[in-house]
Amino acid sequence: MDAILFLIFAAIAVGCGVNLVVQRHPISSALSLVGVMAALAVLYLLLGAEFMAAAQMIVYAGAIMVLFVFTIMLLNAGSERKTDKALFARLFGVPALIGFIVLIGFLIRTLLPKTENVVFGTFTEGTARGVGLKLFTEYLLPFEVTSLLILIAILGAVVLARKEI
Amino acid sequence: MPSSVPLSWYLILSAILFGLGVAGFVVRRNIITVFMSIELMLNAVNLSFIAFSYQLRQVDGHIFSFFVMVVAAAEAAVGLAIILTVFKNRATLAIDDVSSLKN
Repeated sequence: MDAILFLIFAAIAVGCGVNLVVQRHPISSALSLVGVMAALAVLYLLLGAEFMAAAQMIVYAGAIMVLFVFTIMLLNAGSERKTDKALFARLFGVPALIGFIVLIGFLIRTLLPKTENVVFGTFTEGTARGVGLKLFTEYLLPFEVTSLLILIAILGAVVLARKEI
Repeated sequence: MPSSVPLSWYLILSAILFGLGVAGFVVRRNIITVFMSIELMLNAVNLSFIAFSYQLRQVDGHIFSFFVMVVAAAEAAVGLAIILTVFKNRATLAIDDVSSLKN
């Protein structure tokens, strides 16, 4: 069951990822990215990361992608025009990409010690309780610094999106 | 067919998604799509973090990936504001047209 779920959602993730790169219109890419994120949320759940799966759906697929789609709509972004480098990308880019993935896969298979099989339910610390306990004790300082980062990001976004610039 | 998959398959999936993100970053000519490719790469790395977290039976990987998510949210807000400003000044989203720093 775990293997079937993994294969289905890994296939969805890779398919949507390829679609993201291949599509010319940004809105198609954005919707593919939502597909990738939803599939990854299911994989997080299989790995026992309940909180992260929920956060992935709410923060990434919910908030960030709405921001992207909103910007695409606001700027009325159309399909990108064709360039003269498309053939070059197809001839050298695709083999380079496949070579990169095969190399990483080979390194993972050879360098990593024998990894165990992922069985759903054997790791149950990834709940909101488990993550929160760690976040508010051991990682309290980084968590507080994060609030500063978000404050600066809000100010930056407001300043950059003003009328006068 | 086995009932469960080894952890390394998750890492290989992460590598595939990261590679696709790099490809999109290099190939695409629309600034918003380039930005979305970066998000895809961040997501791929998050999957790696959570897979390693499962292997070590510790939630530290979840925390790291949580922080990556926070940084991605901040980055999206600022980045899209920059894209908005560029569009207001130049009325284009093609990165080939925005190359003042090049010459």
